[in-house]
Amino acid sequence: MLNNIFNILFIPEIFLACSSFLCLLFGLYSKKNAFRQTSNLSVFILFLTILIVYLDRGSNFANYKSLFSNSSFINFFKILVLLGSIASILISKDYFLGIKLKNFEIPILFLFSTLGMMLMIASNNLMSMYLAIELQSLSLYVAAAIKRDSILSAESGVKYFILGALSSGILLYGFSLIYGFTGSMNFDDISFYLSKYDNLNLGLIFGLVFVMVGLAFKVSAVPFHMWTPDVYEGAPNSITAFFAIVPKIAAVALIYRFCLVTFENFYLEWSQIILFLSIASMFLGAIAAIAQSNIKRLLAYSSIGHIGYILIALVAANDDGIKAASIYMFSYMIMNIAIFAIILSLKVKNEYLINISDLKGLSKSNPIVSLSISIIMLSMAGIPPFIGFFGKFYIFIAAIEQELYVLSILGVLASVISAFYYLRIIKIMYFDESINEGSLNFKISFQSKIILSISLFLIICFIFYPSLLINISANLII
Amino acid sequence: MIDWPLISVIIFLPLVGALIIIFIKEDESTSINIKWGALFTTIGTFILSLILWLQFDYSNPSYQYVEKFRWFDDFNFFYHVGVDGISLFMILLSTFLTPLCILASWNNIKKRVKEYMLAFLFLETVMIGMFAAIDILLFYIFFESVLIPMYLIIGIWGGNRRIYASFKFFLYTLLGSVLMLIGIIIMYRNTNSMSIEFLQGNYFSYNTQLFLWLAFFASFAVKIPMWPFHTWLPDAHVEAPTAGSVILAGVLLKMGGYGFIRFSVGMLPEATEFFIPLIMTLSIIAIIYTSLVALAQTDIKKLIAYSSVAHMGIVTIGIFLVNQQGLEGAMMQMISHGLVSAALFLCVGVIYDRMHTREIEFYGGLVQRMPLYATVFMIFMLGSVGLPGTSGFVGEFLVIIGAFKFSSYVVIGAAFGIILSAVYMLFLYKRIIFGTITNKKLEDILDIDAREKIILIPLAISVILLGIFPNLFLDPMRLSIETIITNYEIANAK
Repeated sequence: MLNNIFNILFIPEIFLACSSFLCLLFGLYSKKNAFRQTSNLSVFILFLTILIVYLDRGSNFANYKSLFSNSSFINFFKILVLLGSIASILISKDYFLGIKLKNFEIPILFLFSTLGMMLMIASNNLMSMYLAIELQSLSLYVAAAIKRDSILSAESGVKYFILGALSSGILLYGFSLIYGFTGSMNFDDISFYLSKYDNLNLGLIFGLVFVMVGLAFKVSAVPFHMWTPDVYEGAPNSITAFFAIVPKIAAVALIYRFCLVTFENFYLEWSQIILFLSIASMFLGAIAAIAQSNIKRLLAYSSIGHIGYILIALVAANDDGIKAASIYMFSYMIMNIAIFAIILSLKVKNEYLINISDLKGLSKSNPIVSLSISIIMLSMAGIPPFIGFFGKFYIFIAAIEQELYVLSILGVLASVISAFYYLRIIKIMYFDESINEGSLNFKISFQSKIILSISLFLIICFIFYPSLLINISANLII
Repeated sequence: MIDWPLISVIIFLPLVGALIIIFIKEDESTSINIKWGALFTTIGTFILSLILWLQFDYSNPSYQYVEKFRWFDDFNFFYHVGVDGISLFMILLSTFLTPLCILASWNNIKKRVKEYMLAFLFLETVMIGMFAAIDILLFYIFFESVLIPMYLIIGIWGGNRRIYASFKFFLYTLLGSVLMLIGIIIMYRNTNSMSIEFLQGNYFSYNTQLFLWLAFFASFAVKIPMWPFHTWLPDAHVEAPTAGSVILAGVLLKMGGYGFIRFSVGMLPEATEFFIPLIMTLSIIAIIYTSLVALAQTDIKKLIAYSSVAHMGIVTIGIFLVNQQGLEGAMMQMISHGLVSAALFLCVGVIYDRMHTREIEFYGGLVQRMPLYATVFMIFMLGSVGLPGTSGFVGEFLVIIGAFKFSSYVVIGAAFGIILSAVYMLFLYKRIIFGTITNKKLEDILDIDAREKIILIPLAISVILLGIFPNLFLDPMRLSIETIITNYEIANAK
């Protein structure tokens, strides 16, 4: 009995849930403002959770009547999500203190959202999937609107909430159709049921399309991306960092599992949808970002573009595709952590950086920072020898393995277009004459510095020892 | 033979130098240390690459000094470098020109000296690495990495329209090379290998070859550049600082020619056979059209830039003749053009440093004040025209001999281009150097100083050396070229 309880506690999600509650109680009952303590505590909790996921003890023991599933793919993405959360809490701590937004709930909201994402990745049942999505979304809605006295923040929270609720509704309707026509909510059962048929009937097709729309909203694929730039822009920078780094990873893992596990036999049906989403995201991400002057909007469009590439690997739907997606997601996370670590520490005339044009003259006043930004931008553009190139390279390997020649050519063309706006940032830092000499102020906290150094190290040095990540991702089973 | 990894040392020595320079804090007094550091590194690299040449085994047609390590566990991607007769001189050209570039920028780069030197050292590493790579993905990584330092060099230290030029350069060449990436992946998928050596004997099906050929053509035709993909070149050349133009003309354009030899001719013989008429047409148009355009230029650098396109037309003709004379001629023309056009850009740099203009109108009668300058300029000008005894002659002559075996129309086109090149170069020389000084500002212009002599005289010597003893260069590359041609003929005889 005691042993059982002990074992249950060592299921990562349960551990995370319990300790998040403890953390919340601690924050509530401490007399002073406990923002520092809760954020340190949440980093600690997340570290322990990583350890537990890594040890992988509860795997065979509790999948709750196959509400959840367990595989190397799931664990890999769980660890990515946890790492992303840790990094984004660490890099944003000083920012929160800087703008005097130190509600102790913020790290706890991140914890609950992370919990939702872990459940989302692991879910093996329509119902658990829906609940997990809601858990992470609700935490994020609150987080987006956390700066109550700012109109922009409130607007972004409300916008995110309304559009998110709409997409959840669509998703739920799709679930109900799928359940109605297959008689099951379990992914494996649905898959087994579908394997008996050659064609999907109309109801199931509607169900599939609705679910795809809902999921496309979560990964912010075009044409369901409209919320992304606005929410990125409106939310406080540190919340945006969390949005950019973590939820995308979980949503990508979910869309992969849903397509490749549940509907694996109906590749033709869903691949058309994904194909369109992919091409539209790549091109809209590349073209719309050109006109942006706000760095957060630019990164929003850039993330839309990245999602387009990830979806190429999903269309490929082979082992190489899964490998490519995990490598790409890793590189995406690292690059976003690095760029946000810089954005969150860079002040222009005592205001945190917002406009790209404020970067003028950065290469004079802070040569190392501007060099780092350049490296991150080149990596995002997919220029070798940085990690971003290998992410794209594996994506195209997967696509060509599946003979998706046109899609790959469109992909590389979009990457050339997107190179333009990444280069524009380098141009502003290096080529333009600086007008605001001395007004740029880069003050980075110790923990952000460590996070930034680690991520830059990974971006630059991946090429020297790629096998570590590649061997892990090559053996992932979905 | 040498039992230590000579090639890797040559590739990464500049990078090591760059890593040391990073830690020198830049201010007024230390910028000279940075320059010396960069100069020593590049000279050291050049000396090491001379060992490469001295120890080179002329009787071995395949790669030498090979180093091979497994790099990626999941697919056959190796760190695989080596040198054969074709890449040997490309590497030497890179290592020879880089120290000269550093010297040429000694005084005229005043802002951000450290970043400038870092960019050049990084550029040298990737250039050498690209020519030494035997693995196509490694080749690609170096090939694309070249864009980063070159973009910065044009954009930071360039002229008035530098931003436009740097973006055009970057995006244009990137567009070409990403298509090559698709080609490389398709090659890998078909053969499960990335080794250039292996792929040269491994023929793809005819349709695949056509597709791959076009993918590679997109990349190399932009890089070399061929008409009508050349429009980035005049902009990039004109806006780049002198040393940037030197590297651009001296080495980066050769990446295209090198790629054509290795990939198009070497790996895709049947498709090459199919596309030869296209290449010949484009090359002849390039030679005649760009020569005429060059004639009309008022900016010296732009004139030389267009002449580069014309000379590269001769190179592409030579490569796609796919016979011994043609390929040897193309190689000689590439080496010669690497030296001559680099030297011409340096010569322009000399007067630009003094007068800060490149308008031809401005000059005239320089021989009165700068006799030494007039002499070296003449050597390079004649080298560009292709006078017997200079390096330019050997390449053009061999290409024309080779072209006779193919078609006399091509010969007529190429020869016409050579005549035109004499016209615009001699006309340029006349307008700048000869006559009396009409512009008062030129009255007290100084002749070249010691530093400029150190830069220009080695180039002048090598231009003449190449013209008088071409075998010095032709012998090492002969067997490698023969291998490619035999390969090509076997494939097309099938």
